[in-house]
Amino acid sequence: MVGLYKSDIKNPLLRWVDSRLPILSIVQKEYGVFPTPKNFNYFWAFGGLAMVNLMIMIATGIFLAMSYTPHINMAFDSVERIMRDVNYGWLLRYAHANGASMFFIVVYIHLFRGLYYGSYKAPRELLWMLGVVLLLLMMATAFMGYVLPWGQMSFWGATVITNLFSAIPLVGEPIVHWLWGGFSVANPTLNRFFSLHYLLPFVIVGVVFLHVVALHITGSNNPLGIEPKGPQDTLPFHPYYTVKDSVAICVYFMVFAMLVFFFPNALGHSDNYIPANPLLTPTHIVPEWYFLPFYAILRAVPSKLGGVTLMFGAILVLFALPWLDTSPVRSARFRPVYRIVFWFLVIACIALGVVGANPPEGIWVPIGRLGTAYYFIHFLVLMPLLGKLERPLPLPESISHPVLGGGPLPGAAAVHPMEKV
Amino acid sequence: MRTLRPTLIGAALLAAAMLAAPARAAEGEAALPQVNWSFSGLFGTIDRAAAQRGFQVYDTVCSNCHSLKQAYYRDLAGIGLSEDQIKAIAAGKTVPDIDDNGQPTDRPALPSDHFRSPFPNDRAARATNNGGLPPDLSVITKAREGGADYIYALLTGYADPPAGFHMMAGLNYNKYFTGNQIAMIQPLRDGTVTYTDATNPSLDQQARDVVTFLTYIANPELEQRHRMGVKVVLFLLFLTGLSYSVKRKLWAGVEH
Amino acid sequence: MADTMSVTAHEPAHGPGPDATKRDFLKLVTGASAIIGAAAIAWPLVDSMNPSKDVLALAELEVDLTPIVQGQGIIVSWRGQPVFVRHRTEAEIKAAEAVALSELRDPEADSARIKPGHAQWLIVSGVCTHLGCIPLGNKPSDPRGTYGGWFCPCHGSQYDTSGRIRQGPAPANLPVVPYVFETDTKIKIG
Repeated sequence: MVGLYKSDIKNPLLRWVDSRLPILSIVQKEYGVFPTPKNFNYFWAFGGLAMVNLMIMIATGIFLAMSYTPHINMAFDSVERIMRDVNYGWLLRYAHANGASMFFIVVYIHLFRGLYYGSYKAPRELLWMLGVVLLLLMMATAFMGYVLPWGQMSFWGATVITNLFSAIPLVGEPIVHWLWGGFSVANPTLNRFFSLHYLLPFVIVGVVFLHVVALHITGSNNPLGIEPKGPQDTLPFHPYYTVKDSVAICVYFMVFAMLVFFFPNALGHSDNYIPANPLLTPTHIVPEWYFLPFYAILRAVPSKLGGVTLMFGAILVLFALPWLDTSPVRSARFRPVYRIVFWFLVIACIALGVVGANPPEGIWVPIGRLGTAYYFIHFLVLMPLLGKLERPLPLPESISHPVLGGGPLPGAAAVHPMEKV
Repeated sequence: MRTLRPTLIGAALLAAAMLAAPARAAEGEAALPQVNWSFSGLFGTIDRAAAQRGFQVYDTVCSNCHSLKQAYYRDLAGIGLSEDQIKAIAAGKTVPDIDDNGQPTDRPALPSDHFRSPFPNDRAARATNNGGLPPDLSVITKAREGGADYIYALLTGYADPPAGFHMMAGLNYNKYFTGNQIAMIQPLRDGTVTYTDATNPSLDQQARDVVTFLTYIANPELEQRHRMGVKVVLFLLFLTGLSYSVKRKLWAGVEH
Repeated sequence: MADTMSVTAHEPAHGPGPDATKRDFLKLVTGASAIIGAAAIAWPLVDSMNPSKDVLALAELEVDLTPIVQGQGIIVSWRGQPVFVRHRTEAEIKAAEAVALSELRDPEADSARIKPGHAQWLIVSGVCTHLGCIPLGNKPSDPRGTYGGWFCPCHGSQYDTSGRIRQGPAPANLPVVPYVFETDTKIKIG
């Protein structure tokens, strides 16, 4: 018949549906037989883990929203009611709060995997940039979500961060009053943050869809950083990677369960169990751990506008990464200098995190400045230079030759010159 | 080896996490004493007898200034009190209500009521306490760094100020409070409360008991959470092993 | 580029034999465990929508009957609705028992609307079965209608001393709410 999709489904009922709306065929193609490099290590499971995490956050969030009240006089009490009276309310709340931490753990590892193996390089530039957009959306969602329980850190964290926008010359203050819906963080602010916090995860779902489509156009990267040459280099996603990802999912759930059931408040801040008091500032205002490195960058510079610019710049610089990195080789496995420099970045980020947790005095100030300087030097100076100056190791012929790892071919086999990617 | 790098990263992150927690001793407070609680650890539970004594301490001493407004009288079932005992305890308290003419009045509390507050609002609380506001204790063991250990230390940490220490008027010296000067006068001493179960009411005993009670009030789901956690983690361990062996079998024939 | 690759080279081996049975068993156990896991995740979500502890705590209401004088009734709030607790006089009980069922729009014997041995206590929902107003008649000074029970001021429905509809637009008797006698002077509604 004209216009119907040519479905390969055997079952007549499913075939009828599929020929009019080929969702089943699409899933078969994109997640069933989709050729996936066969040499993935477990770092390639983290994208899937992020998707699982997103679904858990949306599910727990929707059920929490059934009992939460977004009014300053009732928000804190409604959260306590969830913890005490709603059946499994404590489980929903702890899963949602610790799920946010798990989300950032998974996404940061996913991001650093991309940095190490060159997953951001051509032709995956747009895939990478969509990922950075997702990171920004996640950060906005998490920031607004933390305000909702209306504890001391909720209120004062919101006050500090929204005040940053006043650094914008000329229009800064009107923008902040517009954000607040008033002249300080108050009830209008809480209400609109609740609305936006409910909205953004669905925007994230949409961008995740784009992110996966972009991935399926180019195909996945792999630890060797060289493109698959044929079916001998790939495996169908199902069952090989559905099974392997389920191992990763089990380990992920174990870590999640340890947090939720045994250490539910370990990653949080005790001050957020104190109801918000606009007349009492906590001794140390700190964001949640996943914002600490950015907080350190913000406070590294004495100027308010400078700090804000650098803080946002730290993420914006990631957008430019595909063009900052000039190396013709993707994977750090074959980049002996970059491989070490990569770890300097990791150390700098961890150090910035520690700095962010501590008050901006004493030794933390120079360390914070050093870490910030290194962060920007790494992306803006080292990455462009290394690409030009580094002598990469010879790439293997293909993913299947040799089977394990990279490096020069043994014996009489010819060593091929570097592949142009 | 393959797992060396991730292990090193894990160790670095752990070290970072420890450095990230700012040191307590920065401002002259003593390090917290480590206490063995019945509720510590993966298999911790709430010691019912201690919690009941702790309720007695709260009821006799603390409730005169500190509210417990997130908790309900029916929550006392979780520390082992019977329905009749709870009804009697509640009926002995009065809570605000409105009479048939719309005027404010009092009525006896029910198990379904929140714990009564000693003051109608924050301003009344401050007025009676020299401007200080006694915090609500419903989640106090989660609302202070150091948790149960800190609250215990605070209650037992009153002492004479060291020589040369300048005490401000109306404040009391405490070894563990930030700045060492706390508005609350020492609430507990040896023998302050006479326990109904005839346990010796030393300061240490009363402090332990009230902290156990307050930990229960802050975490009424604790035992259910721990029990569920054990089942979930064991199930996941089993499922991880199973899925890993399926993975190995499946991938055995593939060169990778 | 990615969609032109064939994948036939790497299908997992199929076929009969001991390996197939082991594989099927593993698949079965893993699949079953995954379903158990999914159910374990779904149940707390679903159960969180069930009545919460604070709602359940207010689902039952104890009423002390001692202050209610004969001939009077009180209104209590139970699960958000009004409930009439009426202490009937002997005359009111006799009047209720004397009514023939054929006279009733909603036939129901008085004995079916009270607890044995406690005929003087009538405990019914205080919502008129017509359109939901609260009928008058608990205080002796209230209008009670021709039948001595309750009179609904909104559209004129009249109930007798057993709370049964006798006149007016209401279709049904005032429903008896679930209750038990804990002692002779205390009931628990709900």
